[in-house]
Amino acid sequence: MAAKTLIINGKHVSAEENATILEAATEAGISIPTLCHLDGVYDAGACRLCLVEVAGISKLLPACTTKVAEGMDVSTDTERLRKYRRMTLELLFAERNHVCAVCVSNNHCELQTLAYSQGMEHVRFEYRFPKWEVDNTHALFGMDHNRCILCTRCVRVCWHIEGAGTKNESGRGAKERIITDLNQPWGASDTCTNCGKCVMACPTGALFYKGSTVSEMERDRSKLEFIVTAREKKQWIASE
Amino acid sequence: MPKRIIIDPVTRIEGHAKISIFLDDEGNVSDAEFHVVEFRGFEKFCEDRPYAEMPGITARICGICPVSHLLASAKAGDAIMAVNIPPAADKLRRLMNLGQIIQSHALSFFHLSAPDFLMGWNTPPAKRNVFGLIASNADLARAGIRLRQFGQEIIETLGGKKIHPSWAVPGGVRSPLTEAGREKLRAWLPEAYATSKIAFDLFKKTLDTHKKEVQIFGNFPSLFMGLVEPDGTWEHHGGKLRFVDSSGSTIADQLDPQKYYEYIGEAVQPSSYLKSPYYTPLGFPDGMYRVGPLARLNVAEQMGTPKADAELKKFKKLGLPGAVTSSFLYHHARLIEILASIERVEISLDDPDLLSNDLRADAGINSLRGVGVSEAPRGTLFHDYTVDRDGLLRKVNLIVATGQNNLAMNRTVAQIARHYVRGNDIPEPMLNRIEHGIRCYDPCLSCSTHAVGQMALVVRLIAPDGAIVRQISRI
Ligand code: SF4
Ligand code: FES
Repeated sequence: MAAKTLIINGKHVSAEENATILEAATEAGISIPTLCHLDGVYDAGACRLCLVEVAGISKLLPACTTKVAEGMDVSTDTERLRKYRRMTLELLFAERNHVCAVCVSNNHCELQTLAYSQGMEHVRFEYRFPKWEVDNTHALFGMDHNRCILCTRCVRVCWHIEGAGTKNESGRGAKERIITDLNQPWGASDTCTNCGKCVMACPTGALFYKGSTVSEMERDRSKLEFIVTAREKKQWIASE
Repeated sequence: MPKRIIIDPVTRIEGHAKISIFLDDEGNVSDAEFHVVEFRGFEKFCEDRPYAEMPGITARICGICPVSHLLASAKAGDAIMAVNIPPAADKLRRLMNLGQIIQSHALSFFHLSAPDFLMGWNTPPAKRNVFGLIASNADLARAGIRLRQFGQEIIETLGGKKIHPSWAVPGGVRSPLTEAGREKLRAWLPEAYATSKIAFDLFKKTLDTHKKEVQIFGNFPSLFMGLVEPDGTWEHHGGKLRFVDSSGSTIADQLDPQKYYEYIGEAVQPSSYLKSPYYTPLGFPDGMYRVGPLARLNVAEQMGTPKADAELKKFKKLGLPGAVTSSFLYHHARLIEILASIERVEISLDDPDLLSNDLRADAGINSLRGVGVSEAPRGTLFHDYTVDRDGLLRKVNLIVATGQNNLAMNRTVAQIARHYVRGNDIPEPMLNRIEHGIRCYDPCLSCSTHAVGQMALVVRLIAPDGAIVRQISRI
């Protein structure tokens, strides 16, 4: 496979032809903040946390869905990017009801971790305090829409890894939400196999094992990548 | 023309207590009200949440007694699951509750109340606080701080976090005690006993010098309520409820705490954010009862441990021929509960069950209503949840100690004011006494632990026509 050479943060990096900027950077030991990206499933470019600057292009590009090109000059950590990332995070917090102190994912939440690491000290936007429901109808899992950031990881693992196609999106903008099947209560779903991959994938406290208490949700996402690697490459590599 | 006096909040920043003192035509005190300004939206706010989140959420109700809410909430969860939790989980929860009693009572006695005992009512509030105590009796202050630390260390060793642990969960607890943790706690015991003795000695002297306070700081007949074991032994996290009256006779015993609504009514008072619970068979306000250390010792026949039992005997003598009715003796009761808790911690540390990993029962929703009752340091705490089939909360009712003691606090303030208010004046020493009268109950308001141990008070004297004749604020 042909390799491409590009520059990331002034460093010369070579990457496989079809690699994304995110993959090339990760390979080179350069970390780019991500939220909707999940190892093992295709990317959706939904969260815009991974935006990077590419010399000669005025638009910011998502590293997770942009392919590398020969001679590309990428910057991943500029003042402008830091500003945008903080703003994106603030908007995510303002959009629904993220109350870390009483959340099942407190201290194990990717959104919270990013807010810390990106220096989000407060939210400058007015909180919208929408009233979303909790779907606790499933025997094993619960879904709290108040904490969903619409990253669609759950949808992707459900379609791509499990192949059940239970989780879907409906609506647009502020009305967008994750639904099960054709918008039935989760407990009434005919397609859900109770595999729990969506729960493992969720970066926040939106999906949880029923009965979880505050800070109790810890997820093992490496299982997802394990399954995909096993299936696609016939390699069973358990992480340590 | 009759008048009234009010002690009022001016700012919510540090928390505050607002007190109205009503005067009659002769300018004498006719009544008093201690208005509790506390956030009451909480019960509404929890609706639609999964019940399993409640221990963690309710632990945020109050920064002062998160552990008590945590435990009562987890118990309400057990009831919704309709499970018997593993014995080890129950023992561990009990151990944490003992830690909470020790740390909370130590704070109340040493930090908040001892400065008053030692420095007298005429010492200005700026000196009559824990810093003044450190200056005048550093050893005592240090011993008190260390005793509180012991209680906190019990909580931390189990829950992992001093404030807001969400370690107790519906069905049990998340983690056991470790061997290292057990040895660390055991090492505290000799010092804890020694400090308890210092406190008893100090309080014995205080009793000699504060005869008048015993007489007028909330000394009146009322009912008392608390948990007891089947044989009448002091309980703090299980057992059944008992009511005794001021003659010391048991008027109701072994009441199922889960069915509190069959014998406890809640009167809503317009002047306060708190509901005033009462014993329904006697009606309101005759069914008024006190909870907390004084009440628990009045309902208990024995403490169940030798050292505390010896102290309980002496304590009971103070009330003869009836129950101990002076709220000033809440302090005394607190010391006995500290001692009993230390003894029980010592016994429980020898129990191998505490290291068990069988800690959590698993079940779905088996009952649509669950009530959890536990003795918080300040008094019996009720968490009552109604859920739907999916376990989402439909209704939440909490009955807290400060609510149950609210009427008693009113009477205490009125009784003290009656002795010291003459005409339209509110002399500073009276303010100090009123403050202490409230502090006897150790109410769980942020004002009760004001930064330097002084309550933010606003007192108003009010005429019968509602006119405020005088207002004093002390923030
Ligand atoms: S439920 Fe979780 S995984 Fe699914 S879209 Fe929402 S945040 Fe993402
Ligand atoms: S990680 Fe690239 S857009 Fe979310």
